[in-house]
Amino acid sequence: MAADERGGQQHANRDKQEVEETETEAGSDLKERQEKLSEDVDSMLDEIDEVLEANSEDFVRGFVQKGGQ
Amino acid sequence: MSVWRIMGTETEYGISVPGNPGANAMLISSQIVNSYAAAMHRARRARWDFEEENPLRDARGFDLARDVADASQLTDEDAGLANVILTNGARLYVDHAHPEYSSPEVTNPRDAVVWDKAGEWIMAEASRRAAEIPGTAPINLYKNNTDNKGASYGSHENYLMQRTTPFADIVRNLTPFFVSRQVVCGAGRVGVGQDGRAHGFQISQRADFFEVEVGLETTLKRPIINTRDEPHADPERYRRLHVIIGDANLAEISVYLKMGTTALVLAMIEERFMSTDLSVDQPVRTLHQVSHDPTLRQLVTLRNGRKLTAVQLQMEYCEQARKFVEDRLGSDVDDVTKDVLERWESVLSRLESDPMTLSRELDWVAKYEILLGYRKRDGLDWDSSRLQLVDLQYSDVRPEKGLYQRLAARGRFERITSDEEIRRAVDHPPEDTRAYFRGRCLDKYADSVAAASWDSVIFDVPGRESLQRVPTLEPTRGTKQHVQALIDRSRTAEDLVRALTEG
Repeated sequence: MAADERGGQQHANRDKQEVEETETEAGSDLKERQEKLSEDVDSMLDEIDEVLEANSEDFVRGFVQKGGQ
Repeated sequence: MSVWRIMGTETEYGISVPGNPGANAMLISSQIVNSYAAAMHRARRARWDFEEENPLRDARGFDLARDVADASQLTDEDAGLANVILTNGARLYVDHAHPEYSSPEVTNPRDAVVWDKAGEWIMAEASRRAAEIPGTAPINLYKNNTDNKGASYGSHENYLMQRTTPFADIVRNLTPFFVSRQVVCGAGRVGVGQDGRAHGFQISQRADFFEVEVGLETTLKRPIINTRDEPHADPERYRRLHVIIGDANLAEISVYLKMGTTALVLAMIEERFMSTDLSVDQPVRTLHQVSHDPTLRQLVTLRNGRKLTAVQLQMEYCEQARKFVEDRLGSDVDDVTKDVLERWESVLSRLESDPMTLSRELDWVAKYEILLGYRKRDGLDWDSSRLQLVDLQYSDVRPEKGLYQRLAARGRFERITSDEEIRRAVDHPPEDTRAYFRGRCLDKYADSVAAASWDSVIFDVPGRESLQRVPTLEPTRGTKQHVQALIDRSRTAEDLVRALTEG
């Protein structure tokens, strides 16, 4: 009975350890992914900078539409 | 029982002459349409045939008296504004103060994307052509829905439905779907409120412009469910559901899912498959609240007291649709229906777990990612004109200036079509609807087509005293299968009319 309990405990500990390891891996994966994502966004912004209309304030103010459907 | 049904899109494009906000919108819209028409090199330009149009008929069963209608509702009075019927079966014309592209009728959401995208190409080409006229200032066109100063213009969808389906069933089952589908097909907007007075980002371009639940209007007091009942087909058999609540989308997956999921829900309504009542408490207010929360946490309260997010509400529809297709089609399900269902499910589950992973698929997420990037890099607030410019320029139709167009060309968006396919759809009609007959006639007999519309082609042929009107009331007739051989062997319109009247 006691051995069973201990065995159960050990099993639970091992599970916990595995979960922690997986979480750490997931954490660094996530960090890596976020870094890559942010680099990706930065390069996209550089591309957009090249084509954005000059003088954004005037440009946006000048976009006036009549209503439609 | 699938995503297949007759459908189409109509988009009013934003239009402006940079540096000249006072430019006459009707005039420059006409210049756009006329420039494209001139480039088609047709000696004769077919008129639009208004005979079967009745924009004041209400799906609830009464006609609005003409003298009580607002002038903007009288779309069947030919004001002499530019109007062309294209060889791809589409209509390119001036509606109110915007150039509008109405796609030809197609049979499924994938084709809807192809011919909707062809419209973007046509607008870009029209703008290039217009700029070639000496002394003309460049005219910019935008596939968006608001100027952020109080004006909105539409991007509508049309779905052919069985007349026998009670309109009340449509209203009850479709309203919660329309309140929530923006999380999938919103185009994203910088600015909150009709005039953009409050600062912030919201999911939908159009949401703030909707003020009532059901109604006939499209330009004022816009309703979530529009009751215009003008089927352009046999009214005994069909109604055309005129959907005015969508945003103008650029991302192909957004357009595809917008049309595909709506078609699935309509099929469930027609077959009375919807088992749970998902009616939303205060739908108009909820529509605005959902749009204003890009974190997707806003709760929607149903009339039965249940609370859930808009994504979860969409999941309810998606789950029912999955069961519906499984029940009706099983393993016989077609590829497009299967694909729409799988993508819908995948998009919703990612919207719940990690929305930013959808930046290659959905317009609002793509736009939001760019805007958040600018905010972080340049420390900009939501009232920054630079962020407003990003929002506007995202929808610029020019391949070299439009942010969507540039990013898509660099492989930053997932696509379901190819450039070749879209380029072909610019000049060629779909092959499986009456648009095929219309498009082929416009291409082959241009000089003999006096007028045309969704449900007719009118010929002016030598040797006949009166004009010859060929009705095309059934949208599923006049397909390649039905009329290709006939058109191929009719050298002239006269031959065609003779074959039709004698056959």
